[in-house]
Amino acid sequence: MLHLITELSKYTMIILFALYTYQCFSALKRSVDKEEQAEKYRSQVVYMYLFHLNAYAVLYLSMDKNLEVLKFYLMQVAFFAVVQVCYSIFYRRVSRLVVNNMCMLMCIGFVMLTRLSYDHAMKQFQIAVVSMALTMLIPFFISRFKYLKSLTWLYALAGITMLGVVAVLGAVSHGAKLSFTVAGIAVQPSEFIKIIFVFFVASMFYESTEFIQVVKATVIAGLHVIILVLSKDLGAGLIFFIAYMVMLYVATRKLYYFFGGLFCGAVASVIAYYLFNHVRVRVVAWQDPLAVFEREGNQVANSLFAIGTGGWFGMGLNQGMPNKIPEVKQDFIFSAVAEELGGIFAICLILVCVSCFLMFLNIAMQMKDSFYKLVALGLGTIYGFQILLSVGGDIKFIPSTGVTLPLVSYGGSSLLSTLIIFAIIQGLYLLRERTETEQAPERKKKKKTGSKSSSSKKKSSVRKGGAASHEENIHGTKIEDFD
Amino acid sequence: MKKIFTERKLKTSTKRSKNREFVIITYLFVGAFIMMMGYFAYFQIFRSEDFINSPYNTRQNTFAEHVVRGEIRSSDGKTLAQTIVEEDGSETRYYPYGSMFAHAVGYDCNGKSGIESFGNFSLLRSHAFFLEQVFHGIQDKKNQGDNVVTTLDYRLQETAYNALGGNRGAVVALEPSTGKIFAMVSKPDFDPNTIGAEWDNIISNTDSENSILVNRVTQGLYPPGSTFKILTTLEYLREHPDYQDYSYECTGNIAMENTEIHCYANAVHGAENLETSFAKSCNTSYANIGLGLNKKKFADLCNDMLFHTDLPISYPSNQSSFVLKESSNTDQVTQMAIGQGETLVTPLHMALITSAIANDGILMRPYVIDHTENYKGIPVKNYKSSTYGSLLTKEEAQKLQGFMSKVVSEGTGSKLSGQSYQAAGKTGSAEFSNNKEESHAWFTGYASTEEKGSIVVTVIVENGGAGSTAAVPIAKQVFDTYFSR
Repeated sequence: MLHLITELSKYTMIILFALYTYQCFSALKRSVDKEEQAEKYRSQVVYMYLFHLNAYAVLYLSMDKNLEVLKFYLMQVAFFAVVQVCYSIFYRRVSRLVVNNMCMLMCIGFVMLTRLSYDHAMKQFQIAVVSMALTMLIPFFISRFKYLKSLTWLYALAGITMLGVVAVLGAVSHGAKLSFTVAGIAVQPSEFIKIIFVFFVASMFYESTEFIQVVKATVIAGLHVIILVLSKDLGAGLIFFIAYMVMLYVATRKLYYFFGGLFCGAVASVIAYYLFNHVRVRVVAWQDPLAVFEREGNQVANSLFAIGTGGWFGMGLNQGMPNKIPEVKQDFIFSAVAEELGGIFAICLILVCVSCFLMFLNIAMQMKDSFYKLVALGLGTIYGFQILLSVGGDIKFIPSTGVTLPLVSYGGSSLLSTLIIFAIIQGLYLLRERTETEQAPERKKKKKTGSKSSSSKKKSSVRKGGAASHEENIHGTKIEDFD
Repeated sequence: MKKIFTERKLKTSTKRSKNREFVIITYLFVGAFIMMMGYFAYFQIFRSEDFINSPYNTRQNTFAEHVVRGEIRSSDGKTLAQTIVEEDGSETRYYPYGSMFAHAVGYDCNGKSGIESFGNFSLLRSHAFFLEQVFHGIQDKKNQGDNVVTTLDYRLQETAYNALGGNRGAVVALEPSTGKIFAMVSKPDFDPNTIGAEWDNIISNTDSENSILVNRVTQGLYPPGSTFKILTTLEYLREHPDYQDYSYECTGNIAMENTEIHCYANAVHGAENLETSFAKSCNTSYANIGLGLNKKKFADLCNDMLFHTDLPISYPSNQSSFVLKESSNTDQVTQMAIGQGETLVTPLHMALITSAIANDGILMRPYVIDHTENYKGIPVKNYKSSTYGSLLTKEEAQKLQGFMSKVVSEGTGSKLSGQSYQAAGKTGSAEFSNNKEESHAWFTGYASTEEKGSIVVTVIVENGGAGSTAAVPIAKQVFDTYFSR
């Protein structure tokens, strides 16, 4: 009977998540008006709760009907409800899609972690509650505090000091000095410094994009990357590097910086390959994991066994063997999802992450102030690139770099830092809303005095800037910006 | 007015381009995401089977908790392996024909081999009728797994198995136009029904000659002897458009730097052209031919002919090998030309070369699983035959077909002449030790009729003596069985 329920649930969960994913993109259509959009976002919440219920029903039945699992489920329901309610009371103007995606990704994370290790799932949940409470204030601060863009050198100082301290003192884990322990909690500073780093680069280029400024910024950015590489955190080093290159290119609009930087990056990668054994190990495992199964290829091969055996529809929750993959809770959670929930579900998971990324870049394009534009761009790049590294490594698209899948993987630092990023983005959505309401009356005045020839153009921008615009316009303009 | 116009133009252009870089970055990332999802789909569709069926993958065994392992069947409806469920629910894997299909079907105990290994995923999946599965699910009963229907032909396997008798060696038969493997016999063998009980005994016996778990068809490496002259001839044809003018006077031996090459059984063949040299398998004439060949081109030809290459087959296989460099001396070159020296091939490899020749140059990928079906016989998945590639041109293939026909009509394969079918092939007697009296007997060839098409058979009898007397009769029995229907 249990087997039957698990088998049927495979399909119902895929359908629910596919419907959810469909709404992520169908709501972006230009023809969708505000009410329809709100309706779609409400339906997403319903799909999420149904998926959540379905998943925990299977988990409850397959985990010896443990009442703890039911209690845990109810706590999560309460948690998601509180998050949803808080955002709709305090931050009415934020992007509902980003809120939904944030909850959905955490929801998938809780389901998978409960299946992999109940204790870890519980710990992750506790961290999520605390992190959510802390980050709930961030959108407010971001939208009010204007001096963030003038703390340039403070960011640099904080970032380099923290990274340096970790490199020197940090505990050695997996051949990389990544974390230190504060009050029993292992903190991985690079997860937070990447956010500070984005603020640093954004404020540098906000001040100026003159050559001398670029040199200064590059030196500091290079210092970050070098410390990360020396402490063997190559995944993080790569993320910092790409974030910097993207921000540099967009701020200066000079393609040769971009390609020059990428070329240097390529050369550095080759040097790293010959210099560091643990880089070579990853490449060897990527080339042919089965040939070196006993040693280097074990992790990637196990990941591919999981994904392959799961197929398009998955083995069913609790029916696979994801725990055979080393580090499955952190770096290889995507493989566990693909194995048990299926390839279709996994593709949808990528699409939901893509939808988050698009919302990050969307707000970057919407902002008027170049500082905030660059912040949103930098955070979006970090988020998007981390998805590529994590999923790409799991499926052998690229060599594995040991990067977590944000919001889904186990890990306190990863979860908190991603929630901070999401909260900052929400803050920008609020900020955009505020500045546009402030500017709207001014523009109306201008329109009256302005020349007739340009009036039609202005009219459209006024409509866009109107206080009531909200999300409809976000998407409307986004598509316009794409041409 | 003009001023306003330019101002406006300026404004719109700056507005248009304001987010240009953001858009580029967005597209770059979205492109990367799409490529990644594309790779995921590619992996699931084309690459996942390699990983699913890997012996390291222990996952599929969890399917056994809910599924009774399916049957393996021959193409003519015989059950080759089945799982018998006792009253108390205990399961035994039963092989009705014992050791006859040992290497082809494999075993499922202390690991897996053969079809039991690479067909494992299908055998442990159930496509039983949906409602029946629901019904079983409610009762917590196992579903019946899918059956794997092979291309193996019971009658041909039986014939080949009996014909090889008590000899060590291998027989493989396949259809050149499709790549379907009809028979695959390797001896010495084992009984998969009792392999569990005998396991310790088997693996402690490290005697390489008797290693019974080795599938000699795909893993056995033997000197090819005169069967290799097929490739020497092909290289000669390529280098000499006037090959018909070739002539040689065989005196029974030819002296090289350090060695002397003899014709088999010290025969003296007298005046020959290329065709008679091939038909009579004249070693001295081929040593003479080998000396004139371009070493680089000859090595390239062999590499194109699947030497130093993994054969396209699901069974574990070994790569055939040869050594021929610019620096090779005349001894090495002439040994190579007659299939001795350091050259080693697997019987399947010889069969594939023959298959390409019989199929006008096109090699079809050999395969042994025809389709899978649910236990009621409703098809689940069909495996279609597919082209591996073109190994030689149609003209070259047809010339070699002519040469190989002559072997049967006038040469060492004469036992195959005058049948209801047209046979062609090449014999070989490959020396494998310093004792010149001992040799492995080879035959590789094909036979065809208008209505039944053609079949390739490759035979090796270890230490069997001459190919024409030890290997050809085995091939003949297989041909006879195939065309007798």
